[in-house]
Amino acid sequence: MAKNEFPLIFERSKKERTSYSLPDLDVPDIDLDAEFETPYVRKTAPELPEVSELEIMRHYTGLSNRNYGVDSGFYPLGSCTMKYNPKINEDVARLPGFTHIHPYQDPKTVQGALEMMYDLQTSLKEITGMHEVSLQSAAGAQGEWAALMMIRAFHEANGEHHRTKVIVPDSAHGTNPASAAVAGFDAITVKSNEDGLVDIEDLKRVVDENTAALMLTNPNTLGLFEKEIMEMAEIVHGVGGKLYYDGANLNAIMGYTRPGDMGFDAVHLNLHKTFTGPHGGGGPGSGPIGVSEELAPFLPKPLIVKENDEYKLEHDRPQSIGRIKAYYGNFGINLRAYTYIRTMGAEGLKKVSEYAVLNANYMMRRLEQIYDLPYKQHCMHEFVLSGKKQKKLGVRTLDIAKRLLDFNYHPPTIYFPLIVEEGMMIEPTETESKETLDGFIDAMINIAKEAEEDPEIVQEAPHHTIVKRMDETTAARKPILRYTREDNS
Amino acid sequence: MNLPEDLRYTKEHEWIKKESDNKVRIGITDFAQDELGDIVFVELPEEGDTVEADDSFGSVESVKTVSELYAPVKGTIVEINEELEDSPELVNESPYEQAWMIVVELEDASEWDNLLTAEEYKAIIEED
Repeated sequence: MAKNEFPLIFERSKKERTSYSLPDLDVPDIDLDAEFETPYVRKTAPELPEVSELEIMRHYTGLSNRNYGVDSGFYPLGSCTMKYNPKINEDVARLPGFTHIHPYQDPKTVQGALEMMYDLQTSLKEITGMHEVSLQSAAGAQGEWAALMMIRAFHEANGEHHRTKVIVPDSAHGTNPASAAVAGFDAITVKSNEDGLVDIEDLKRVVDENTAALMLTNPNTLGLFEKEIMEMAEIVHGVGGKLYYDGANLNAIMGYTRPGDMGFDAVHLNLHKTFTGPHGGGGPGSGPIGVSEELAPFLPKPLIVKENDEYKLEHDRPQSIGRIKAYYGNFGINLRAYTYIRTMGAEGLKKVSEYAVLNANYMMRRLEQIYDLPYKQHCMHEFVLSGKKQKKLGVRTLDIAKRLLDFNYHPPTIYFPLIVEEGMMIEPTETESKETLDGFIDAMINIAKEAEEDPEIVQEAPHHTIVKRMDETTAARKPILRYTREDNS
Repeated sequence: MNLPEDLRYTKEHEWIKKESDNKVRIGITDFAQDELGDIVFVELPEEGDTVEADDSFGSVESVKTVSELYAPVKGTIVEINEELEDSPELVNESPYEQAWMIVVELEDASEWDNLLTAEEYKAIIEED
């Protein structure tokens, strides 16, 4: 085994080494083959790893030490809003009143949990300016899909089966056209103009009586606010289409403007981004959807409602698109988001957006002196640089991202949005200090200098990580998808 | 930048080669493969499918992105390069020869005249 390789738990296994002694069998031993006439009784042992308790501790502590998260360093992954997750959220999520209940309990016995969900729905309605909210969708992409299914159900309820087009900007998150396709629509691209905003003339060209909806992120993926949103809403509503708001970038606007006030008919939110649900490593996420009064009958069911001081699960919703997730969504993440909203308060959330935008603009103005900045106007909570100056020196954006690992930073999102050549999308969030921002900027300046003076050090990065440059090409062309065990006994 | 003079081009970075009066062979340019980086997957249509000019007829996936392939002409697909399914790296290694993607039978042979010459295409990529 090479020095830096970290063995799998299966590779640490030694026959008959144990961490636990099972008590003696106190029920009669039975012969499974005699009891069950089925071919499914397994004939071989399940090959579980056999290790001591200490080895288990070292294995998982060792793995966690190799992890990189927002608790270990700066994580400016654009569009993902990798902000700090306050630990008070964890305290609240562990209260026995929340951990010791079950979704199958009689609602009368879990009024506190239902009240929390109802209040969270109310807060999200206020933050987004929407008429009604459902907490059911598991994360952003499911929220997008659910909202599009509702828009589809709305058009069909009106007999408008011909509305098959969903308009998506060329700067959109890839999930937008994907959700449109899964919901049974054709995704049609609308171009961006030279300022990085939706080209209004192109929008007029692609919108027609077959348009079901326009999907828009505002601010968009370049971190720019779509200033013409009211005109865009008029164009789409003018032909009977609906406006869908991708809430990935809500962190930029809280308390300043609301999707509902901009004319959006449906939104999804990412509670694991803006509202500090733990993020990465599988989440889970949470992607509540909010809708206008017109679309409210189509929300997933059940919905949490309040009748005479009692909280209930409303199942009698005949036009609903149905249940989209087991139980009532990712309850634990919704609880963390609720805690965050209550901790910050309305004024606090407004400051969140203010500082998120300030931090991004500070970084952008320092970095544009070294790197190409394709869109020069003030940004919102994130901005996109281009690595095209460095590309001329033979150093690609991928190399810059890898080199950042040597400085112990998580790289920004790269090669996205697709309309920026050699793009680097940087989102600092409001939770970082000026010192942290300066440290990252200095590393970026340093790397740009290396690209000029000693490009190889960047091209061959990372040098200081446990694993060096991965062969991503072979991994994609000839993936090995199944672990095969060597006999280690 | 390798831009064979006998080919025609599109602003979407496809090349088009005349096989006969009404048949053309299509692939992506050397510039396109260089921009995309290592190609890991090529998705092509079926033989017998019809395409409209400017419509997507497939996609190429590289380590960093997925990019649509746009049909430069209207017609019927009479041949596809099945070798690319197992050997997507040919797009990087031999974009104009081994990595041709489809052969299209044109509905209107005069469409050839609307395509870009090597010189016109070169001007476009240098502008970026």
